[in-house]
Amino acid sequence: MKSLPIEIHKLTCERDQRELFSDLSFSLQGGQVLQVAGPNGSGKTSLLRILAGLLPAVGGDVRYGDASVFAGGGREQWRHSRLFIGHAPAVKANLTAEENLSWLCALSEPVDRQRISDALGQVGLRGFEDVPCHTLSAGQQRRVALARLYLEAHPVWILDEPFTAVDKAGVAALEKHVLDHAEQGGTVILTTHHSLDHIDGLRRLDLGQVA
Amino acid sequence: MNWSFFHKLGSPKWFFDISGRWLPWFTGAGVLLLLAGSVWGLFFAPQDYQQGNSFRIIYIHVPAAFVAQSCYIMLAVAGIVGLVWRMKLAHVALKCAAPIGAWMTFVALVTGAIWGKPTWGTYWVWDARLTSMLILLFLYFGIIALGQAISNRETSAKATAVLAIVGVVNIPIIKYSVDWWNTLHQPATFKITEKPAMPVEMWLPLLLMVLGFYALFTVSLLMRMRVEILRRENRTRWAREALEKML
Amino acid sequence: MRQIVWLLFCREWRLAWRRPGDLLNPLVFFAIVVSLFPLAVGPEPGMLRTMAPGVIWVAALLATLLSLDGMFRSDHEDGSLEQWVLSPHPLSLMVLVKVLHHWLVCGLAMVILAPLFGLMLALPVSVLPVLCLSLLLGTPVLSLLGAVGAALTVGLKGGGVLLALLILPLYIPVLILGTGAIEASLQGMPVAGYALWLGCLAVLSLSLAPVAIAAGLRIGVSE
Repeated sequence: MKSLPIEIHKLTCERDQRELFSDLSFSLQGGQVLQVAGPNGSGKTSLLRILAGLLPAVGGDVRYGDASVFAGGGREQWRHSRLFIGHAPAVKANLTAEENLSWLCALSEPVDRQRISDALGQVGLRGFEDVPCHTLSAGQQRRVALARLYLEAHPVWILDEPFTAVDKAGVAALEKHVLDHAEQGGTVILTTHHSLDHIDGLRRLDLGQVA
Repeated sequence: MNWSFFHKLGSPKWFFDISGRWLPWFTGAGVLLLLAGSVWGLFFAPQDYQQGNSFRIIYIHVPAAFVAQSCYIMLAVAGIVGLVWRMKLAHVALKCAAPIGAWMTFVALVTGAIWGKPTWGTYWVWDARLTSMLILLFLYFGIIALGQAISNRETSAKATAVLAIVGVVNIPIIKYSVDWWNTLHQPATFKITEKPAMPVEMWLPLLLMVLGFYALFTVSLLMRMRVEILRRENRTRWAREALEKML
Repeated sequence: MRQIVWLLFCREWRLAWRRPGDLLNPLVFFAIVVSLFPLAVGPEPGMLRTMAPGVIWVAALLATLLSLDGMFRSDHEDGSLEQWVLSPHPLSLMVLVKVLHHWLVCGLAMVILAPLFGLMLALPVSVLPVLCLSLLLGTPVLSLLGAVGAALTVGLKGGGVLLALLILPLYIPVLILGTGAIEASLQGMPVAGYALWLGCLAVLSLSLAPVAIAAGLRIGVSE
């Protein structure tokens, strides 16, 4: 699960003719946690979506290991290496927690029932396997989505506001999980309005100041 | 192969400069061709032995229909260039050409209907060509509507490009099926476009008019694209200077 | 690869059956539109028989279009589509499965219902197999082409009318060939030509449409 180094080189992003950031360069080694910070509208989500491969960048490059993640073999490798959980948690209201997770994991690699049940236990939803998700609260739905972090073996995590609507105890458990992942050599890039200052070795990228 | 010309083509400033130089030539050629073609066609070409003077509307109808059809193909080509090589200029061309194509289709339809009155005794007959033109007009409406509905410029350009490509794949199928439908439902009556060989004095002015319409199309497309480019590049210095020079 | 196809199919199937109303609505719409015509033009059997092929096909067109509107929307809104686009599996294969599922619950159901409406519109029994055959070959094309429009309008609020505007002109060949087959059969002429052409269109759209749908969805999620 060791992550290769990620190199962001002169990345530029425009939305609706407005430049959100330009010539953004930084690099991340395996085992690092990066918090992307900045005021609303500074391009945090756009940056994460560019890194994930959802949004095309206006200019610049992102390299994972030696290869660009925007084209060819590098893109294929990146697809297997990164996990993206966006603003919308991708949880279908009419499916149960287990059905949701089993499908979302199958998009990269199928997992069995037992592991899903364990992962739901990890995020505090033991016993909710067969409950349709529309009966869950917003925080619980978010936890269902975050259970993927316990199921899928991707070295790089890209998380957009993962703690939204999650209670304090849940946030603490997830922070610990994020740190464990970093300790094993994984990379985590996330945006959050929670303060993560107590984390040792946390890197911060302030988009408001770049612009 | 040297691709530098291709990348140059993608630069808005280069296009703005070169199109500024081309524009007078196309305008001059267009005015000359249209004047010569219409005067010749309307006053000097001989009357049609069946339709008398009413046939003279082909000097508008046929060129408009030509341009309308080739414009849609141009949209698809621009769409492919824009999607594959990410050339923004192609997206600009697509956006600017669609309304012109729609207008040309509209002109072809209206002149066809006016022509229909003396020929068939009614303004509208479900003739294969007119029906195909009507469907083409709907296809243009679709592209314009999709382009306007999506607010993000990039997304809108890409989506219309995909739609134009899907449309161009369908056009031959639509055309063929409409022709088939037409032969099934109507006994072959008088066909307005498949005429016994036209004499030279009749088709030569038509050729001039067709070329003139293409020149007219090019001029209006270039002008629209120049305005759109200035609007998009209004933050750059060269665009402001160009704008000041014009005012 | 085979596993993801099967899992996706199960997912779509579950999602559809948890809201059976949504499955039924296009079919009820189909039935109502067909029933409107005798009320509008009168119940004279000769006239109904002449109009029947067109009425049934136009109703099928509109019902398909109506059911396609929401095809990708809920997946787009809850973020599922992002995960599809990010997945290492080919997006065009996944959308093909989704469209085929749509056809099974909407198109195939109309094929099964159509003979009933054919009888109500005074079509002779001998023509009903041709009616079913034309719909069987034509409705997959409707689903596939419509899905292209649904993908291109996925991020738009109130894309329903726009979807119709984009896609209905593209439906015209299917409409002509489908009704042509039934009319030929009514006049006792061979229908093989029509069926083969419809089959051609089905194969063509089956191979090209998924690529366009996938391209449309990629553009849609980058909004």
